[in-house]
Amino acid sequence: MEVLKTYKLYIGGQFPRTESGRTYAVYSAGGEHIANACQGSKKDIRNAVQAARKAQAAWSHKSAFNRSQIVYRIAEMLEAKKAQFAEELQAMGQSRQAADEEVRKSIDRCVYYAGWADKYQALLSSVNPVASSHFNFSIPEAMGVIGIVACQQTSLLGLVSQILPAVIGGNTVVVIANKQLPLCAISFAEVLATSDVPGGVVNILTGTVEEMLPTLSGHMDVNALSLAQLDSAIIENAQTEAVENLKRVMSYSIDFSQSMAQGLSYISDFQEVKTTWHPIEQIAGGAGGY
Amino acid sequence: MMSKTNWNLEPALESAALVQIKPQYELFIDGKWQAPSSGAYFDSLNPADESHLAKIAWANQVDVDAAVLAARAAYTNVWSQLSGAERGKYLFRIARIMQERARELAVLETLDGGKPIREARDVDIPLACNHFFYYAGWADKLQEAFPGQVATALGVAGQITPWNFPLLMLAWKIAPALACGNTVVLKPAETTSLTALKFAEICQEAGLPSGVVNIVTGYGDTGAALVAHPDLDKIAFTGSTAVGKQIQKACIGTTKKLTLELGGKSANIILEDAPIDQAVEGVINAIFFNQGHVCCAGSRLFVQESIANQVLEKLKFRLQSIYVGNPLDKNTDIGAINSKKQLETIERYIQLGLEEGAEIYQPTCDLPSSGYYCKPTLFMDVAQSARIVQEEIFGPVLTIQTFRTIEEVVQKANNSPYGLAAGIWTDKGSRIFGVSQQLHAGVVWANTYNKFDPASPFGGYKESGFGREGGLHGLSAYLKFTN
Repeated sequence: MEVLKTYKLYIGGQFPRTESGRTYAVYSAGGEHIANACQGSKKDIRNAVQAARKAQAAWSHKSAFNRSQIVYRIAEMLEAKKAQFAEELQAMGQSRQAADEEVRKSIDRCVYYAGWADKYQALLSSVNPVASSHFNFSIPEAMGVIGIVACQQTSLLGLVSQILPAVIGGNTVVVIANKQLPLCAISFAEVLATSDVPGGVVNILTGTVEEMLPTLSGHMDVNALSLAQLDSAIIENAQTEAVENLKRVMSYSIDFSQSMAQGLSYISDFQEVKTTWHPIEQIAGGAGGY
Repeated sequence: MMSKTNWNLEPALESAALVQIKPQYELFIDGKWQAPSSGAYFDSLNPADESHLAKIAWANQVDVDAAVLAARAAYTNVWSQLSGAERGKYLFRIARIMQERARELAVLETLDGGKPIREARDVDIPLACNHFFYYAGWADKLQEAFPGQVATALGVAGQITPWNFPLLMLAWKIAPALACGNTVVLKPAETTSLTALKFAEICQEAGLPSGVVNIVTGYGDTGAALVAHPDLDKIAFTGSTAVGKQIQKACIGTTKKLTLELGGKSANIILEDAPIDQAVEGVINAIFFNQGHVCCAGSRLFVQESIANQVLEKLKFRLQSIYVGNPLDKNTDIGAINSKKQLETIERYIQLGLEEGAEIYQPTCDLPSSGYYCKPTLFMDVAQSARIVQEEIFGPVLTIQTFRTIEEVVQKANNSPYGLAAGIWTDKGSRIFGVSQQLHAGVVWANTYNKFDPASPFGGYKESGFGREGGLHGLSAYLKFTN
């Protein structure tokens, strides 16, 4: 007798069921009922935003080197479970070859972004030669809490490609997973939970975009949105709700299986620039710097 | 100690004869002065004495269409065909002419906007000139600025500037736009159009190709027509958060790239180990610079409890020697409030502060009998939730709160929908970095305040807007990138 897995939400490092008590059936490509997924609610989104906010300051103040190690650990955990992910992808309709390919690319993407954790700052920063006697520099800083609607074409690769550049930059995220292909999203949450990623840094919910996105895009404690492959009507609604607290909205139409669907720009999309001025004392006889 | 200081300063007036103001200004479209299609004009007043300065054309949709058409043609046929080096040479030339005519521009800025001549002369105009000079040098180095990416111009930019730093904000908008290869249609604020129109004359003098810079004057309806124009690739706006949100909404569903530089309610924090006299001077500069008409004004002062009485006494004493008066007088510290409407807004907030139960302090000083003036104002005993603490007043009004621990002040400073700037005063270097790291603000001034430079990126977090102006980071607002 096989033991079946219960797919739950991932909020604040815990795996609760949706507070609404609702589930929806997930079917294989062949029409076989393979799982019941939680149908997340508005309240689940609000709980997740709260957890993400609570985790944000500590996450962004971890050393960049430490964030790098933690994200690399995700790659290690994913590698160890790659058979499980490939199996889930096949259950949701992919060929074995395509499933293996997607898992491999997802692992590679984790390694790629792990390496960025302590490098993007150098490339996005500047020391600014102001005319007055001040030391003036600009550095990138995490925007805060990012709402993500994961790629609607893939179960794992898009999700990973959107979560990592935000998280590596010190943000925490609330993710609405692909409703039709949710299995890998929740299994990825299990990877995160065993990868030293602090609870609340990544929160993953399953359910409908129509129900949950308005709560996310209108939430006053969410700083930005990362949307992928959505209809223009849904994007425009989200943008309209985002105006309320001037959220930054990034909308991607790229195919995340492409090698170019990664890079520094995906990190800088969720960074603010902070400029600091500090006086330089003019010491007699010395020449002013900067 | 608290007696009125009596300086009895002799007036030292800058000559207004330095500047020629035409009785009537037309729109600057396609390199020519064109009458508004509606035939409508509005008056520009000198807020220092309510005297009439000039009649200014009021652009409508038809005029905006003509300006965008001219900008598009100039982009396609001329500006995008030039090399970066050639574009840069035009900008260098403009910067030089502005430097040569700096005093004239300074006097005009003071007459039209009410700011002290000392500030127009020493801050606004030099910074505006330098901004053109700075971005001129970027025009032929855009590929080096963004390694690994191909950076290209966006096309035509619609730009809307505020009334607090009219020519400087024009420079922040036009210089990077042109350096990156775009052409522009700019709408200055209705109360301060004159230096933008003078700038149009400078473009003609510099031989800038027709249509590269177009100036359409008018009120909010002119700005709305510009924002809604379908043939723009970029909108850049500096102004209130309320209008910024309307603009963000108007751009939904379009491909227009948007940058917003909006309001603020910036915290200025004095820790107990700060050099107090220096900090008090910094507070004065943070809130009373340009009558407090500064989006990043340090309008919320936080003083650590142990030094609060001392700082307050010194602030009150210092207020007695602040000279409020004729903006053209070189002695003047606080000039005229920009408009009657703004003066009414400020007075309404002062009234509100009193109704909210705060303690007020204003120095004893005489205000000129005509024109729009406001005494420098301190509010003590204010609650974090008070409207005068939460809302942007945009005038010489400072709220003062105390705190005990750094955690407390960081939390209070961040407890605002805005995130434009912050100030921190302490003798301890490590503490500066520790606190600034936790402040949600785009600019942090440590042991200084209200400093600006073309090389220094400026812009906000949260509801203070997005995008940066100035420096390397200011370039990307006017470029599109391909890998």
